Amino acid sequence: MKLTVWTYEGPPHVGAMRVATGMKDMHYVLHAPQGDTYADLLFTMIERRNHRPPVTYTTFQARDLGADTAYLFKDAATAAYERFKPEAMIVGASCTAELIQDDPGGLAETLGLPIPAIPLELPSYQRKENFGADETFYQIVKALATPMEKTARVTANLIGPTGLGFRHRDDIVEVTGLLMDMGIEVNVVAPMPASPSDIAKLGQAHFNVLMYPETAETAARYMEREFGQPYTKTVPIGVGATRDFVKEVAQIADVEPVLDDSRLRMPWYSASVDSTYLTGKRVFLFGDGTHVAACARIARDEMGFEVVGMGCYNREQARMLRGLATDYGVDALITDDYLEVERRIEELAPEMILGTQMERHIGKRLGIPCAVISAPVHVQDFPARYSPQMGIEGANVIFDTWVHPLVMGLEEHLLTMFREDFEFHDDAGASHHGHKAKLREMGIKEPSETGTVTPEPAQVNTGPVEIVWLPAAEKELKKIPFFVRGKAKRNTETFASERGVQEISVDTLYEAKAHYAR
Amino acid sequence: MTEQFSPPPSRGCSDTPVLKQRGQHEVFCGLTGIIWLHRKMQDAFFLVVGSRTCAHLLQSAAGVMIFAEPRFATAILEETDLAGMADAQQELDRVVSELLERRPDIKQLFIVGSCPSEVIKLDLATAAERMSAQFAPNVRVLSYSGSGIETTFTQGEDACLAAMVPVMPKTDARELLLVGALPDVVEEQAVGLLEAMGIGPIRVLPASRVNDEYGIGPNTLYALTQPFLTDTHEALQRRHAQHIAAPFPFGEEGTTAWLRAIADQFGVSDAKFAEVTDAPRARARKAVAQASEALRGKSVFFFPDSQLEIPLARFLTRECGMDAVEVGSPFIHRAVMAADLDLLAEGPTIAEGQDVDKQLDRCRDARPDLTVCGLGLANPLEAEGLTTKWAIELVFTPVHFYEQAGDLAGLFSRPVRRRDLLKLEAAE
Repeated sequence: MKLTVWTYEGPPHVGAMRVATGMKDMHYVLHAPQGDTYADLLFTMIERRNHRPPVTYTTFQARDLGADTAYLFKDAATAAYERFKPEAMIVGASCTAELIQDDPGGLAETLGLPIPAIPLELPSYQRKENFGADETFYQIVKALATPMEKTARVTANLIGPTGLGFRHRDDIVEVTGLLMDMGIEVNVVAPMPASPSDIAKLGQAHFNVLMYPETAETAARYMEREFGQPYTKTVPIGVGATRDFVKEVAQIADVEPVLDDSRLRMPWYSASVDSTYLTGKRVFLFGDGTHVAACARIARDEMGFEVVGMGCYNREQARMLRGLATDYGVDALITDDYLEVERRIEELAPEMILGTQMERHIGKRLGIPCAVISAPVHVQDFPARYSPQMGIEGANVIFDTWVHPLVMGLEEHLLTMFREDFEFHDDAGASHHGHKAKLREMGIKEPSETGTVTPEPAQVNTGPVEIVWLPAAEKELKKIPFFVRGKAKRNTETFASERGVQEISVDTLYEAKAHYAR
Repeated sequence: MTEQFSPPPSRGCSDTPVLKQRGQHEVFCGLTGIIWLHRKMQDAFFLVVGSRTCAHLLQSAAGVMIFAEPRFATAILEETDLAGMADAQQELDRVVSELLERRPDIKQLFIVGSCPSEVIKLDLATAAERMSAQFAPNVRVLSYSGSGIETTFTQGEDACLAAMVPVMPKTDARELLLVGALPDVVEEQAVGLLEAMGIGPIRVLPASRVNDEYGIGPNTLYALTQPFLTDTHEALQRRHAQHIAAPFPFGEEGTTAWLRAIADQFGVSDAKFAEVTDAPRARARKAVAQASEALRGKSVFFFPDSQLEIPLARFLTRECGMDAVEVGSPFIHRAVMAADLDLLAEGPTIAEGQDVDKQLDRCRDARPDLTVCGLGLANPLEAEGLTTKWAIELVFTPVHFYEQAGDLAGLFSRPVRRRDLLKLEAAE
């Protein structure tokens, strides 16, 4: 039993829904109790889809359990076929139906439907949403695609996009453009927005572009093995990665590496003097492994941030991310426990978080700016405008998105200069944001209304020695702008404990500042 | 002012044959109630014993995450828990101890059953008794089921309140009990009106803190504020409390009838009743008239959701001038719904349960001016050109009693007005 407040991933059948909902003419018959239909609203509300997900839920109730629930499944599958006339079906069980062991796959087979009914085995008590999507897509490919003669011209499949995917809609357009510039046509994009008959044609392509390893790596490996299609290993998120991707594709397809970067503005925006203030900003990254890995490179190499920590919630990518973290000289946090992520962020006191919608909430609580780089995401991360993460435009979008939550460069200086001003103080937040962020100081007591600090010195336990902040030092610390205060506090305490200093005075604070100056 | 109501219909819907449907239900399970219950009971924590799906439902149904650490969580069952029962009970003890250690502010803990815990027959009632003994007197532990195989959406609140009734102390005091988790502002209005009539003492279930609790007995008179509280109703009957039957307090008419039924039990004079209610009734009437302008003469179709459908159809047809085409409800309990069914004029299809695809066919055929439905259906129907009101808002928004009557009409008229407002084509 695992105590869970918020989850990064849904159950595996939600992953299967993401595949089915992305596709056309596919239907999912899900053996499930009433209530599991909540998942429909992820697609209709969060992603604003204008169609119901193509899912039929058998809706068994307590009174059915003593009797026969299998007939409910058979009736639902038959009715779904009659009503929707899909080209193919996937059938499976949600967590509760898994326990009653009705074997939807076997039952569907006995119905003798004139279409393929692909059984899914998704262990709900072991695996999660990304596994569900990856496994479902793999089973669909395995069932419907066969080896075929390759197209005369060089073509590629784009694999990985699903319903409810973070910017999948726009990444497809961007990557299609990258390939087109090299004279490579797209054969099939799958699972979204392919139909089962498109899936059948996957084998015609010369190679696969694996856009999202989380949802399509197993299928990519299968097609490499069965259809002799190599697949790309670089995910083109960021300027450097996009250039690497172009090189990789050129090599696989034996064409010239061509990249039209006439619309690429990100490197200049990053180099221009206004961006100086981004230098060395301490960022923490969390999300799915693929996006975190790509964004760590952007953060360090393309924005000039300092990566102080990173992690992912999907264990499937744990090994890759641990390796990468070592290169960055940080520890990887592999967990799906929201509270653990929050604790790590609190400890590291970064100046910015690059995370999921969950970290946005952590950031809000701790008063740390946050930009979203990975699923799970919310309704505001499905914008009306074109906003890919991949390719040239993706790099431009990422620059804007990451800079937006921050206080602007000159503003930051003014806040430092006038931090005692009653209107223009650092708690006022960035001027281009509508409302004031609610700040929670990291272990720092607010001075009382008269401006005096609590007479009791604050005690910090940093190991064997208790370190005490003297009131004057604590007051001085309050004068440091909020976006660097956490770092200053931490640095000072580390500095003090390394030297066996038990009382932090104003002098200690400034000695530490000088020590850490860069 | 009573004479200003339209006369009750010569034939209400009480005898209308009910279309009973069995098929795919597009509804939430009872766990969803935790979203509002944990805010209402400020010292309570809700621990769902379930699967990742349960946890995912709770955060998705909430729509947005709540910034503060919520007072609910899921103990997610894992492969090892499914292997042996003894294990699962020990695991539950471990998780609860961990939780109570971290949250010493918790005074009542609800262990909430889910579909998986029901199917593997995890005995949560015994677990709750054991823990109650262990953690008494600091924490009271109760259990109820919010599973989808047993409860639909608002039935979760019903199951929760019903679980609280048997453990309440006994009293012989003549007290009024208002039953249902209402937003504070609404609850205070109701209590204010009743107290102004000289009625008291007034208790509410659920109380916002466990220490605010009171007794139940044969002299307790209770009025339901929500139509879905049927198990709670039965639990109160078992404690020999007396039910005050009335239409539900939606709109000016419903509120007046509900207050009148209570006032009669407490011997409030007509003059006193009028003195207290005349001004807010006039305000409510005015507000409803304004807010329902866009609704007059329009048709409405209800998909089943919260069991509020019949009282709301009564409000929309009698006070807002709408025509009901179909009124679908997950369940129709005659015992508590009779007064509203009597007032709802014969005509609409009354449907219980659901076969969603068939109901969608009926809805498309009827092309109602307004469709009240869940979040899974609203955008797809909008895309087909139908105007929708998503039903969950009716549960999350203060809509009871006089001062909210106009807001209630407004919830329905806003989508209709919006459709008229948007001009997205090129100018002529």
